[in-house]
Amino acid sequence: MSMIPYAFSYRRPKSLAEAEAFFAASPESRFLAGGQTLIPTMKMRLAMPPELIDISGLADLKFIRAEAGQIVIGAGVKHADVATAPEVRKAIPALAELVGMIGDPAVRHMGTLGGSIANNDPAADYPGALVGLGATVKTTRAEYAADEFFTGMFSTALADGEIVTSVSFPVPKMAAYAKFPNPASRYAMAGVFVAMFAEGVRVAVTGAGSCVFRVPAMEKALAVSFAPAAVAGISVSPEDLNSDIHASAEYRAHLVGVMAGRAVATALSR
Amino acid sequence: MTAVSMTVNGKAVSADVEDRTLLVYFLREHLQLTGTHIGCDTSQCGACTVHLDGKAVKSCTIFVGQADGANVTTIEGLARDGVLHPVQEAFRENHGLQCGFCTPGMIMTAVDMIRRKPNLDREIIRHELEGNICRCTGYHNIVSAIEDAANRMKESAKDNAA
Ligand SMILES: Cc1cc2nc3c(=O)[nH]c(=O)nc-3n(C[C@H](O)[C@H](O)[C@H](O)COP(=O)(O)OP(=O)(O)OC[C@H]3O[C@@H](n4cnc5c(N)ncnc54)[C@H](O)[C@@H]3O)c2cc1C
Ligand code: FES
Ligand code: FES
Repeated sequence: MSMIPYAFSYRRPKSLAEAEAFFAASPESRFLAGGQTLIPTMKMRLAMPPELIDISGLADLKFIRAEAGQIVIGAGVKHADVATAPEVRKAIPALAELVGMIGDPAVRHMGTLGGSIANNDPAADYPGALVGLGATVKTTRAEYAADEFFTGMFSTALADGEIVTSVSFPVPKMAAYAKFPNPASRYAMAGVFVAMFAEGVRVAVTGAGSCVFRVPAMEKALAVSFAPAAVAGISVSPEDLNSDIHASAEYRAHLVGVMAGRAVATALSR
Repeated sequence: MTAVSMTVNGKAVSADVEDRTLLVYFLREHLQLTGTHIGCDTSQCGACTVHLDGKAVKSCTIFVGQADGANVTTIEGLARDGVLHPVQEAFRENHGLQCGFCTPGMIMTAVDMIRRKPNLDREIIRHELEGNICRCTGYHNIVSAIEDAANRMKESAKDNAA
């Protein structure tokens, strides 16, 4: 049999504590959730962990709760279940829509919230929602504001062996996500999440740069006037944006403006 | 090595397999269910789509241990007593395949989408096929086949209810 020629061992812990103990005993091991990023990476042998600790069965990580002013989602909840959850669709339709745009139906049946944000792919969608909504990430060791959690390309504030357990998403007055997908991979070439709260507006951009980022000039303009016209004249600098075979940095900068306008229009149309 | 057991197409199976075994290899090489195909190594083509506890997944992107205890359905498990599943029948009648390589994955994806989406139209069908690549047909007849199957299944559900 081909594809994954090196042997590794697979373990299924029964609790978070056991998962942590397995990790402590084998510090080169990796946690496995939906496998929709880790397994393709292992097939390419870009990752070769000697042991996989499968946390996808842990009941502690599988819940969706509507609380006062927020929606709390367990790290193990699959994309398909977030996209269709009545609590999420009612309180934060923009979040359900964003998750429904991840990959394809089969990927959404396996992939999880925790796996997506721990991986922090520059083109992933979830980071846009976490930063756009000012979410809080809870782990086995600490709590992080989304602004501090995503630290760079494929990097986060997580320490080795630390497990994301849940994310709390504040419920905005209005919000929407507009994504320009790469036509082949469906990952975001540029995705903009816009959310309006009593305290102000947040605008988060994913896919365009090496890591999700906010656009303070758009946030200020939208706080004054929440309308597509408010962001029309505001451009982001292409200087730090990604340039690859799919799109130049200048093109991505342009997409950010267009997606921001579309997100505001969608938020207003609900 | 890990001992795994699961139900595949209604039959209980168990085996000792290497931990690194992907579900698709377990199906194809241990159980000789070669209807499930492998078309890529990037989890993008969907030729390997099977149902895991009733939901479409890419069997090339699941280790067999993750399916331990699960209920798996492959393309071989759709026909009943020699009668094709309505989606299989619709692919045949609408010329929804040419070389046939993508077809098992297309059909498993189609059955799953018809289950989840009661009101399919051609645009929704195209979106739902985002994870399945066909190099032959240009998709047109695949979309027609799924639309036809969804309508037939609705009709027969009505007849059964009446
Ligand atoms: C064809 C295809 C298309 C895709 N398209 C998109 C897309 O359009 N947009 C998008 O955003 N994503 C996309 N994805 C990625 C998908 O969303 C993945 O599901 C997700 O990135 C990883 O989640 P997972 O549960 O599968 O994690 P895994 O692959 O199991 O793990 C990913 C990483 O996270 C770690 N990890 C997992 N869970 C935790 C946890 N609770 N705490 C700490 N670390 C953890 C793992 O150790 C690993 O390093 C796509 C994937 C595929 C295969
Ligand atoms: S073989 Fe599984 S997606 Fe291509
Ligand atoms: S019929 Fe040949 S790949 Fe689809």
